[in-house]
Formats: sequence, C-alpha cells, structure tokens
Amino acid sequence: MRPLTRGLLANSPYLLLVGVLAAVPPFITNQYHLQVLTFIGIYIILAQSLNLLNGYVGLLSIGHAAFYGVGAYASAKLVMDLHLPFLLAMPGAALVAAGVGYLIAKPTLHLSGIYMTLATLGFNIIFFLILQNWMSFTNGPLGIMDIPPPSFFGREIGSRLGYYYLILALVILTMVSLQRLISCRFGRALIAIREDELAAEAMGVHTTRYKIQAFVLAAFFAGLAGSFYAHFVKFVSPDSFYIYESFILLAMLAFGGQGNLAGPLVGAAVLVLIPEAFRFLQEYRMFVYGGVLIVMMLVRRQGLLGGRVYSLRLPFFDDRERKVYARGDKFLPLEEE
Amino acid sequence: MFEQLINGLTQGGVYALLALGFTMIFGTLRMVTFAHGEVYMIGAYMGFEMVRLLYPSLALALVAAMAATALLGLLIELLAFHFLRDAPHVTSLLVTIGISILLVNLAQLIWGPETQSINYALLDKMAYGEISLGGVYISYLQLSVLGVTVLLMVLLFLLINKTKLGMVIRATAQDYEAAYAMGVKVNRIFALAFAIGSMLGGVAGVLVGIYYNLFYPTMGQLYGLKAFSASVVGGLTSLPGAVVAGLMIGVVETFSVEFGASGLRHMVSFIFMILILIFRPGGLFSGKEPIQARGD
Repeated sequence: MRPLTRGLLANSPYLLLVGVLAAVPPFITNQYHLQVLTFIGIYIILAQSLNLLNGYVGLLSIGHAAFYGVGAYASAKLVMDLHLPFLLAMPGAALVAAGVGYLIAKPTLHLSGIYMTLATLGFNIIFFLILQNWMSFTNGPLGIMDIPPPSFFGREIGSRLGYYYLILALVILTMVSLQRLISCRFGRALIAIREDELAAEAMGVHTTRYKIQAFVLAAFFAGLAGSFYAHFVKFVSPDSFYIYESFILLAMLAFGGQGNLAGPLVGAAVLVLIPEAFRFLQEYRMFVYGGVLIVMMLVRRQGLLGGRVYSLRLPFFDDRERKVYARGDKFLPLEEE
Repeated sequence: MFEQLINGLTQGGVYALLALGFTMIFGTLRMVTFAHGEVYMIGAYMGFEMVRLLYPSLALALVAAMAATALLGLLIELLAFHFLRDAPHVTSLLVTIGISILLVNLAQLIWGPETQSINYALLDKMAYGEISLGGVYISYLQLSVLGVTVLLMVLLFLLINKTKLGMVIRATAQDYEAAYAMGVKVNRIFALAFAIGSMLGGVAGVLVGIYYNLFYPTMGQLYGLKAFSASVVGGLTSLPGAVVAGLMIGVVETFSVEFGASGLRHMVSFIFMILILIFRPGGLFSGKEPIQARGD
C-alpha cells in the first residue's frame, strides 16, 4: 500500500469527523443553533491556544483574553481604518497579537511560577483599562460598531452558514498545526519543560526561548479567534476581554482537561453548550463556570480527559512508530514501503 | 494639596489593609488567593445590612463584617487549601478563582446588580463635618477611616511581633515543616492566618463602603486586584512592605487624578506591580530574590 493511502486510512476517523461537521450544518435550519456552533468554534481555538501554555508548557496564564482582545481590535482597526481586505487583516491581527505576546513574554517569562501568572493577570487588566480609556483609538467603553463582515475577493460572508464554515476551517487549521507542532521537537521540548524545567535545561533545552515561542504562538491563535469574533459579532467592546473571559477559558481547560488536544475541545464545547442548552441557566452562566472550576479541582484535578493522550488513528494502518525507529537509528536502512 | 495627600492616604490605607490580608495569607501558606476582593465585598455588604436592618452603628457594622468575613475566610481556606494541601499551586489558585466568581454572582443574586447606598444621618454628618488640623481640613469620616486603619495595623503588628501566638505564626511563615516538627498545629495556624487576613479585608470593605457610601457586587474586583498588586510591590511576605506599598499606590493614584491623568488612575498599581516583578521580584524591601510559592 502506498504511504499516502496508508496515512489517509489511518486518519480516517478524523476525516470522517470533519466530513460530518462539514456535511451536516446545511441541514440545520435554526440559525441560532448555527450561531452556538460557531461560538463553540471560537472557544475551541481559544482553549486550544491557552492549552499550549497551561497544558503543555505548564505556565499558568490567567490573562489570555487580552490577546483575544488584541486580535479583535486589531482586526477591526485594520479593516476599518487601513481598509485592508479581510484575508490580510485576519493574519495581520493574529500577528499583532503575537507581537504583543512577544513584548509581554520577553520580560516576564524569566519569572517563576506564580509571579509570571500575576504578570499575565496584570497585563490583562491594563489592556482592559487602555481599551476603556483610549477614547480616540478604541472608542472607550462604547466599543467599535459596524465592523464589516469577512469578505473573500469581493464576496462577503453574509449567512450564518458561511461563518460556520469559516470557523470550521480555522478550528481545523489550529488543531492540525498544534498537533504537528507538539509532535515534533518543539512539542517535546515544551513537555520536557513542564515535567521538569531543571532537567530540561540540563538536557540542553533552551527553556526561556521555548517558553517565549509557546507564548507567542498561543497569542497568535488567540488573536486569530479574536479577529473572527470581531467580524462575526460585528461589535467589539472592552467588556468582552476582561479577566472574566480569561477565567471562562480556565474553566474550560479545568473541565475538559489539558495537556492533550481532546480536553480543551470537549471542555469548550460542553461549557458553551451548557448555558445555551438550559435556558434558565443563562442568567447563572458564571455560576456554572465558577462551580466547574471548584468541583473539578476538588474532584478530578486533571479534568475530564486530562492526563493522557487520546488518538483516533486506526492502529492497523498506523506505521508511524516503525518509521520513527528507522529514522532514529542511522545504521538501519530505511524500509521501503 | 495637603487635602489630596490626606485623600490619598485614606485610599491607600484601605489598600494597605487589603494588602496586609494578602500578605498574611501568602506569608503563612505561601499560596495566593484570588477571592480576597470578594471577601472585601461581602464584608462591605455585611456592614451595609447591619446598619440598614439591625442597628445603625458603625462599630457594630465593623464587628459584623469582621465576624462574617472571618468565617468566610475559614470556609475558603477549607475548600481551596485544606483539601488541596498536597496539590500544585495552580489547583488552589483555580479554586479561589472559582470561589470569587461564585461570590460575585451570589451577591448579585441577593442584593441585585445595582449600586446601593445607605441612608444614615450620622454618615452625612460625618462626611460634611470637618475639623482643621494646622490649616488642613479633614472630614470626620476620613478621620475615622484613617483611625480604624491605623488602629488595626497597630493591633496586627502587636499580635505578630509581641505575642506568643504571633511568634507561632512567624515560625510557621518561616518554615512550616520545621514549625510542625516543633509541635505547632500548622493547619490551625493556616486557618487562623486566613481568618485574620479575611477579617482585615472585611473591615476594609466596610470602610470603603461608608467612605463612598456605594455598595455593588463587583466593588471588590478592582480593589482586590489593586491591593494584590500592592502586596506584590511590598514583597508578598512583608507586612511593613504591604503597608508602604498600599499607601504609596493610594497617594500616587490620587495625585494622578489631580494632575489630569485620570485615565491612568486604575492602571497605576498594575504598572507598579509589573515594574516590580520585572526589576525587583522580591518586592520593595526584600531584595532581588522572589519568595518561592509552595507547589510551584
């Protein structure tokens, strides 16, 4: 069998999942359901990006909503003031968020544990206060209104279905790139830092550099989600990016579990769905998040799916391990498929 | 100018009280709580209810708030720290974040999200009556807020430095394992420190509540975080550091409004915190080395 076919077959459960997610929505007639699905997508990207920090590197960031906000405001500004097309504005906004992430990571990441956590919190609050007070640029607490919808080569996305497919593509992009990143040298370095920073350093892992890279990447993906949010809701205001938003993300990780890609996915999906599914819970949304944080930490610290890596790949077609072994040993000739 | 200084000191005194609470807690447990701002808010509402419902007396309001917040502190310690003694720091931190979310929403449920104030003739009299101290006018209200703040600080310093109990607390703060080996009931000391810290927070809540006569469920958020940064600036384990940093932030904040940078007002403390974290992680007084948290 050719390697490509093998790979496709091994990954067929994933492809099936994506196929279902792509094929079913046109049959959903309720626009509101599509909107909820889209929000789940946004939060999956956010939770996954935070997972890169909290789950893989073991840095607790409690100010992640700041980068989400940077992405949202940057995207709105790029499209409305600089008249960039959406296709450029979205990666542009993500890059701006990554740049801000770098500026924050550079001085703070040499701090240990709790101090770095505090610094992220401080930056989130400062960011919120800047948004509120810089009237001429961010329009203060009123926020920016009438953000144009995303358009591709002159074609605007108008329907909820269009938004759904866009966020689906972004979620897949995020998940696939994170999956690729963490299964290569970079990811192993991050996990080594999480398990034992001193040992990792002794083995030659440049811990500060990897931490900064992870931080910048997390900020990048959060900025991507922010950019989508801005064009989806068409309105950004400082309140959407206050520390409460960061806490919601923490609750998602706490619920789903971290350190793998499945946990944040499930956490984001469930915690967006719960308040939507039980309408009477709408008012008590924050109760749900607070309660989830407390109960999960007391009862199951690693979260629902935390603590191990899940894979849906079909082992029968999976030839990854053999290949890695062959590559690792110089004297063993590479097997021909 | 001097009036502004007094305003700043009053404000800063409250920050200092809250920061002392943080410092008491971090000093002994070596762990951070994020529910302190909400403890402060509950304290404020307790004072509010006391004056409104039971008996209009400021002293009683303070006592009620202290009792309620001490109990609340014990509860938080039990939930977030006692049950999670061997867990990593992150776990306790997340529980306290959860508790803070719950408390704010609980207060919203009980007292409503709107801002409330008390009708209390004595308060108005205190707010408008002034006395002159060498040409500087201070309202009675400011004087009593400052007075209570200073009194509590003095009491706390006496407790920590002059009594046997204080010695035990200091020993636990220095090395809880060694203290445990010497027969100190460490768990009780942790709970006690938490109760004392929360009590200070509750008093601060009542003081701010009557000073501005405004009570709302989210009143603790910004105050809690500011006081927290004050305690970081002070070095997280140093009581005098917390007082100095709290007063400093209060004064700088007031003057930033005076000089027209009112947008900057709420940012002052966080900017201080981040500068301290970057250049002097050990705090203002305790040198360059940061104090390690437990389970980090």
